[in-house]
Amino acid sequence: MTNPEYELPATYTVGEVEAGPPCCEPVPHLSIANLSVAYGSTLVLDKVSLDIYQGCITALIGPSGCGKTSFLSALNRLTDLIPGAQVSGRIQFENSELLDPQLDVLALRRRIGMIFQKPNPFPLSIRRNLELPLREHGVRRRKVLEERIETVLRDVGLWDEVRDRLDKPALALSGGQQQRLCIARALVLEPSVLLMDEPCSALDPIASGVVEELIQRLRGRYTVVIVTHNLSQARRIANYAAFFWMQESVGKLIEFGHCQPLFEAPVDPLTLAYVSGLRG
Amino acid sequence: MADRAFTLAIWGAAALVASAFLWLLGDLVWHGMAHLSWSFLVSAPVSAGREGGIAPILVSTLLILAVALAAAIPLGLGAAVWLAEYTRRGDALGQGVRLSLDVLAGVPSIVFGLFGNAFFSVFLGLGFSILSGGLTLACMILPIFIRTSEAGISAVNDAWRHGAHALGMTRAAALWHILLPSAAPAIAAGLMLGIGRATAETAALIFTSGYVDRMPESLSDSGRALAVHIYELSMNVTGGDSAAYASALVLIVLIVAINAGALTLSDRWLARRITLS
Repeated sequence: MTNPEYELPATYTVGEVEAGPPCCEPVPHLSIANLSVAYGSTLVLDKVSLDIYQGCITALIGPSGCGKTSFLSALNRLTDLIPGAQVSGRIQFENSELLDPQLDVLALRRRIGMIFQKPNPFPLSIRRNLELPLREHGVRRRKVLEERIETVLRDVGLWDEVRDRLDKPALALSGGQQQRLCIARALVLEPSVLLMDEPCSALDPIASGVVEELIQRLRGRYTVVIVTHNLSQARRIANYAAFFWMQESVGKLIEFGHCQPLFEAPVDPLTLAYVSGLRG
Repeated sequence: MADRAFTLAIWGAAALVASAFLWLLGDLVWHGMAHLSWSFLVSAPVSAGREGGIAPILVSTLLILAVALAAAIPLGLGAAVWLAEYTRRGDALGQGVRLSLDVLAGVPSIVFGLFGNAFFSVFLGLGFSILSGGLTLACMILPIFIRTSEAGISAVNDAWRHGAHALGMTRAAALWHILLPSAAPAIAAGLMLGIGRATAETAALIFTSGYVDRMPESLSDSGRALAVHIYELSMNVTGGDSAAYASALVLIVLIVAINAGALTLSDRWLARRITLS
C-alpha cells in the first residue's frame, strides 16, 4: 500500500500528513448557502451554509439522523431520485449553480463522485465495473479504457492485487478491496469532488485502515467530503470538520472550522460535549 | 415418537403428490408410446385424427406460441419496468395496475377466449386465425409475466441502483446493464409460467384460432393447437384415444423442451452479462 511508486502527486499537500494540519488552500470549491432539505413535510436539514475548500478533506461529524447523508446527497443531486425530497438554498460549484433544475445532472455526477457506506460494486467483472461508467460517458477506445483502468487501479493500490484477475467477478473481492474498487470506479470518471458516506464503517479495522490511508492520498488532487462516525478517524484525516446536531428534530450545522481547533477548542458547548464523548 | 410421525406425514404428503404426477406421466407414456413414431410427427391427420399424424397441429401450436411471446415479452417487460422503476411505492396508478393484473391472472381462460373472439376476431377483423389466438394467449400470459418480472426487478439490490446513478449513468443504462440482467432468473421464471399456461391452453383458443387441422399457410389462417387437438380427439372423436395420448405426450415433451431452452438461454445471457462470485 505504501509503495512510493504509486504515491499521487500531492499538489496542495506540504510534507507528511498529520492529524488535521492546515495544509490546503482555502479556495472554496463548493459554496453552500442556506441549504435546506425536506422529505415531504419533514424538514431534515435546516439552512446550512459552509464552504468546502478545494483539495481539502472535510469531515462531517455528528450523531445519526442529523442530516449528514442528506447534505451529502444534495451535493451530487442524488436527492432528485428520492420521491418527495425538496432541496432549497444555493450551492455554487465550479461557476455553476448546482441546484439549477436545468443543470445536466449526469455530467454533474461525473464531476462529483460518491462512495457509499456499503461497498457496491456491480455484479460484473472487475474490468466491466470500471469500463461501464466510462463507456456510458462516451469513452470507447480500447486503449484509452485500458490505460484509465490501470491508472485508477494503481491509484487505489489494487493493481497488484487484481491485475491477473480483471475478468473475475468483483463480488468475489474482499470487503476492503470492493470498497477500493468503488473508489477506483468513481475516480475513473476523473471527478474533482468525492463524497464519501462512512466509507470505512462496513469494513474490518485493517481494511478500514487501508481505505483511510487511501483517502489521505487523495488529498490535494480531489476535494473530499466525508461523513464519519469515527471521531478519531476524522481527527486523523480531515483538514476541516463540520459538526451537525439535531435541534427540535431538525438537522443543523453547529460548528464548522479547521479540524484541530474544532476538536481541541470548540466554540459551541454542544460540539465540546460531542467530541469529548459526553453526548451523541 | 411424535416427531417421527410428523416426519413420516411430511414425507408421505410429498410422496403422494409425486406419485400422482408420476402415475399421470406413466399412463401417458404407456398409452402414448405405442402410437408415437416419427411419421406421427411429420404427417397430417387422417380421418379426424384417428389415423395419420399431427404435423400441421404442431406447426400451428408453435406459431401461436411465437405470436404470443412476440407480443407478450416486449409489452410485459416494459410494463414490469414501469411498475418496478417508475412508480413510487403506494402510488395510486401503480397500485391500480397491480390490482388489475392480479385479478386478470385469476380470470378463467374461457373468459379470455370470449374476449379474444370479440376483440381480435370480430372487432379487429382478424377472424379465426393464428394471430387472434396468439394475441389472446399474450393477454393471458401478460398478468403473471409482468408481476413475476416486476418482483424480480424490484428485488435487485438498491445499492447497485444508487451506484449507477451516482456514476452519472442514465436510467436506461442502469436497467440494461445491471437491473435486467440481475432480474433475468425471475423474468425467465415468469416467462416459463406463461409458456406453460399458453401451450396447455384450450378454451381460449377454440374461439380465436379455431380448430382447422390443415397446415397453416400464414398467420391469418386458422390453426388447431395441440391442446385443442387433444380435447377434440378425446371428447368428439370415437376411437381417437391412442392418438390423443400420443399428442398429449408430445405436448408434455414440448413444454419441458421449451422450458429447458428458456432456462439455458437466460443462464447464458446471465453468464455473459452478470458475474456473481
